[in-house]
Amino acid sequence: MEKKIYLDNAATTKTRSEVVEAMLPYFTEKFGNPSSIYEFASQNKKAVDESRSIIAKALGADSSEIYFTGGGTESDNWAIKATADAYSQKGNHIITSKIEHHAVLHTCEYLEKHGYEVTYLDVDENGIIKLDQLKKAIRPTTILITIMFANNEIGTIQPVKEIGKIAKEHNVLFHTDAVQAFGQVPVDVNDLGIDMLSASAHKLGGPKGIGLLYIRKGIKIRSFIHGGAQERQRRAGTENVPGIVGFGKAVEIALETMDARAQKEIELRDYLITRVLKEIPYTRVNGDRLRRLPNNANFSFQFIEGESLLIMLDMNHICASSGSACTSGSLDPSHVLLAIGLPHEIAHGSLRLTLSEENTKEEIDYTVDKIKEIVDKLRKMSPLYEDFIKRR
Amino acid sequence: MYTEKVMEHFSNPRNMGEIENASGVGTVGNAKCGDIMRIYLDIDENGIIQDVKFKTFGCGAAVATSSMATELVKGKTVQEAVQITNKAVAEALGGLPPVKMHCSLLAEEAIHAALWDYAEKNGLKIEGLRKPKSDVHEEEEEIEY
Repeated sequence: MEKKIYLDNAATTKTRSEVVEAMLPYFTEKFGNPSSIYEFASQNKKAVDESRSIIAKALGADSSEIYFTGGGTESDNWAIKATADAYSQKGNHIITSKIEHHAVLHTCEYLEKHGYEVTYLDVDENGIIKLDQLKKAIRPTTILITIMFANNEIGTIQPVKEIGKIAKEHNVLFHTDAVQAFGQVPVDVNDLGIDMLSASAHKLGGPKGIGLLYIRKGIKIRSFIHGGAQERQRRAGTENVPGIVGFGKAVEIALETMDARAQKEIELRDYLITRVLKEIPYTRVNGDRLRRLPNNANFSFQFIEGESLLIMLDMNHICASSGSACTSGSLDPSHVLLAIGLPHEIAHGSLRLTLSEENTKEEIDYTVDKIKEIVDKLRKMSPLYEDFIKRR
Repeated sequence: MYTEKVMEHFSNPRNMGEIENASGVGTVGNAKCGDIMRIYLDIDENGIIQDVKFKTFGCGAAVATSSMATELVKGKTVQEAVQITNKAVAEALGGLPPVKMHCSLLAEEAIHAALWDYAEKNGLKIEGLRKPKSDVHEEEEEIEY
């Protein structure tokens, strides 16, 4: 099989052809700046408004509550830093979890250096936060709870509605990083009690470089990028019109196809998990088996290291990802895998496979066969495996 | 991110395996940091390394540096083997990414650990050989945000 098998859709997705097609005119004949006064540019303003309306509807929000940004990371930075700034009179305490994306974690660490206090909630062995711990962590000075909707590594979906309820009861703002969840599972900001939400287009079949922050009406967070009057004066800079159009189209398709897609992905994903667990000994699945994104599978193979596994998969044209230290550029393995209680050496041997509806059973079979071969080869090379066999 | 030579050694590692009743065995690194190397040496009565094998738990660079280190010491005297530095291993691989240089250090330490074990078993003193550190990560810097 010479064809590439792409199993890293949590990293990014292929931009859908319909999305590219919708975007193209906005690079060429419809290149105008939406802020311009003439008729030629007004079609761009209209396109931006239409996209905003599609996306607002998908989130159960009002169009005026959707602010386009440069991506999920910017949205997370904006939500957290601007809330910290705007509500500093009320307090200086933020609650988050130990398994957040670095866009949230490093922003919180930055704020800690500037006088803010941050509580990092533990998670259970499946990666779900403990609601009683959240309640206990709330102080009179707590201004924000920021907990991700679904985890990017292990796919675990948090009890968002319960978190929203607790936040409301305590009069604390609730932000969620829904970059992995939006477009994959239903998200309704009112039903779930979400005050702010970050999302990104390229995780759901849209282009890179465009994201959004939903800000509930009445929340007084300030501009993060200063300049012109775009985005109701809250996010300056000429709109990324092709990106916004692409985002809208991608959301429209993601919503239309969500149920069928999820069903197909879950079926294929569960087949993958079943085969791996059955055929490769000393292997575990990380994350909750049920409260999980439809396309996420995350394994730990004992006695081997993740980067080696990824390189060998790549040699077989399989694109995947790992939580090993070597892939993170540090010496520590994934903070998420450590937070769910895995020992370092097991966290190093992790593999994340994230599917799309384009994957086939044939691809999954080929991938499992290759993983089996590679894990076997790496174990034969591993002094940890040697020690384990000798101890038995 | 790796050179062709690294990829080649990673795909087809030389001297992977174990030696029964080896003259010296050295294991360095720790699972916490994600890399462990073990070197087995078979040394004859003239102090010449007749055979060498390795086992490694680690990334692509860790496997490749182990493989290259075994190639460099094979057929050498113990005295020559002590002189092989991590730089020599990295250079022989056409270079390593900066974040992976510690892998070559680990390879040097693994060779030294196996030689140390051999020297101890035989009541020898090998000139220039220090007792190896088991962890080469102590000097890594932390990134601040």
